[in-house]
Amino acid sequence: MRLLTHNMLSSNIKGVTNGFPLGIIIDKSTQIEVEINTDFLKTMFSKIDWKALVDAATLMGYSDLPEEVDESMLESEELLNKFHHALLELHLEEGALICPETGRRFPVSKGIPNMLLHEDEI
Amino acid sequence: MSSRPEFQAPPEIFYNETEARKYTSSSRIVEIQSKLSERALELLDLPNDGVPRLLLDIGCGSGLSGETLSENGQQWIGLDISDSMLDVALEREVEGDLLLSDMGQGLGFRDGVIDGAISISAVQEFDLFSVFDKQWLCNADKSSHVPRLRLKAFFGSLYRCLARGAKAVFQMYPESVAQRELILGYAMRAGFSGGVVVDYPHSTKARKEYLFLTCGPPSMSLALPKAVVEDGESCSEDENGSDGDNQTVNSRSVMLKNISFCLYYRTHQLYQIRCLGQCISYISLWILNKLLVRISDRQRPSKRQKTTKKGKGKGWILKKKEQMRKKGNAVPNDTKYTGRKRKTHF
Repeated sequence: MRLLTHNMLSSNIKGVTNGFPLGIIIDKSTQIEVEINTDFLKTMFSKIDWKALVDAATLMGYSDLPEEVDESMLESEELLNKFHHALLELHLEEGALICPETGRRFPVSKGIPNMLLHEDEI
Repeated sequence: MSSRPEFQAPPEIFYNETEARKYTSSSRIVEIQSKLSERALELLDLPNDGVPRLLLDIGCGSGLSGETLSENGQQWIGLDISDSMLDVALEREVEGDLLLSDMGQGLGFRDGVIDGAISISAVQEFDLFSVFDKQWLCNADKSSHVPRLRLKAFFGSLYRCLARGAKAVFQMYPESVAQRELILGYAMRAGFSGGVVVDYPHSTKARKEYLFLTCGPPSMSLALPKAVVEDGESCSEDENGSDGDNQTVNSRSVMLKNISFCLYYRTHQLYQIRCLGQCISYISLWILNKLLVRISDRQRPSKRQKTTKKGKGKGWILKKKEQMRKKGNAVPNDTKYTGRKRKTHF
C-alpha cells in the first residue's frame, strides 16, 4: 500500500467522527521505483493532507520532507522528487493501520489493508 | 437463473481460490472485462490533458479493469471483498493499490479526494434488493446485510469521497426494473444526478447497462453520454448519425424510453390491480347479497293462516269440499252437520 492510499483512507467505523489520519504499525515495508509524473503530483498536492504524509513518511523511515509546504515550492524539482518518493514509492507491506479514535487495528498483509468491519461497527 | 454467481453464494465465499483463478484465466472474461472497463472509462469522460487522475475501482476483483485504467495512464485504488481475487491481482502485479473492503459497509475515504469511480459488474453483487432477491450489492446473506442500508451506506460514502463534479460509472446487469429503480433511487437520494445509459438496447446478449452518476446537483448543461447501438437494423427513430459502424443514439431518449416504460409498467400494473380489485369487490358483493337473501329468507316469519275466533265458517268448508270433489277425491257428502260447531260439554 502506497502512502497515497494511506493519505486518502479514513476509518469508517460507526460513530467515529474523525477517522483521519490512520496510525501506522510497520512490520515490513518496501520501496518500488516508478516513473515520476509532475502533473499528477501537482494536481494531487491540493488533495493531500501534507502533515499526515510527512508523519507517515517519517514512520516509514523517510524524513526528508519539509514540514511546511505551499503551492509555490512545487516548482522546485528537488521537492517534487521527494514528494514523489514519499507518495508513490514507499510501500507498506506488512503491519497494521490504527483508527485514531477507537484504536481498532486494520491488519495489512501483502500490502492489502483489511478494511472489513465487524457487524457491530457498521 | 442459478448460473449467475450472485445467486449461488455471497461474493467473498463464491470467489474462492479456484473460482478466482478460473475467472482470470478465462480469456473470454478477460476480453469482456477489458471492453467493459474501456467503455466505462470512456463514459467517465475525464479531461483529456494527459494528467493522471485518482480513480476508484469498486469491486476490482483480480484487477482486470484496473489494468485498463493503468493502460490509460490513470492512478487507481481497487476495492474488493474477496481476498482470493485480490491475491490473484497481487500475482498479476497490478499497479494500483488494493483494499479488502465491503462496499455495503461504506467506503472509508476522506471527503472529496477521489476524481472518479468505475465499477464493472459489481453493483448487482451489492444485492441490496431484498432478503429474497439476492444479488451482491444487494446481498442479504447475513443479518447485517439489510440491502437498503447497504445501498444507502455505499452511495452516501461514495458521494462524500468524490470530488465535486466527479463522475461514477457502474456497469451492471440489473435483474429487474424494480431493482434498477431501487439502485438508481438510492443513488439519487445520496445526492447524485444521472441516469442509466443502455448500450445495444435491442440485443439481449450484447445489451449493457451503465449507471452514470455525477456528483452534484443536476444541471441543464449536463449531457448524458451517448449509448452505443448495434449497427444497422432496429435502431429506429432515435438514430442520430447513420455514419460508420457504430451508430449512436441519444441516451437521453433511451432514458426517457426507460422512464416511460417504467411508467407504463406501473400504470399498467395499477390498472390491472384496479381491475382485479373491482372484480373481487363485485364478486364479494354478489356472494354477500346471496348470503343476505338467504339469511333474510330464513329469518322472515312464516305466513300465518288468518284465523278468527269464529273459525273459517260453513261457506269456506263447502267451497273446499267442492274443490276436492272436482279433483276426484273421495269427499263425504254435505249434510246438515257439515261445518256445524260441536256443542260444548259441561
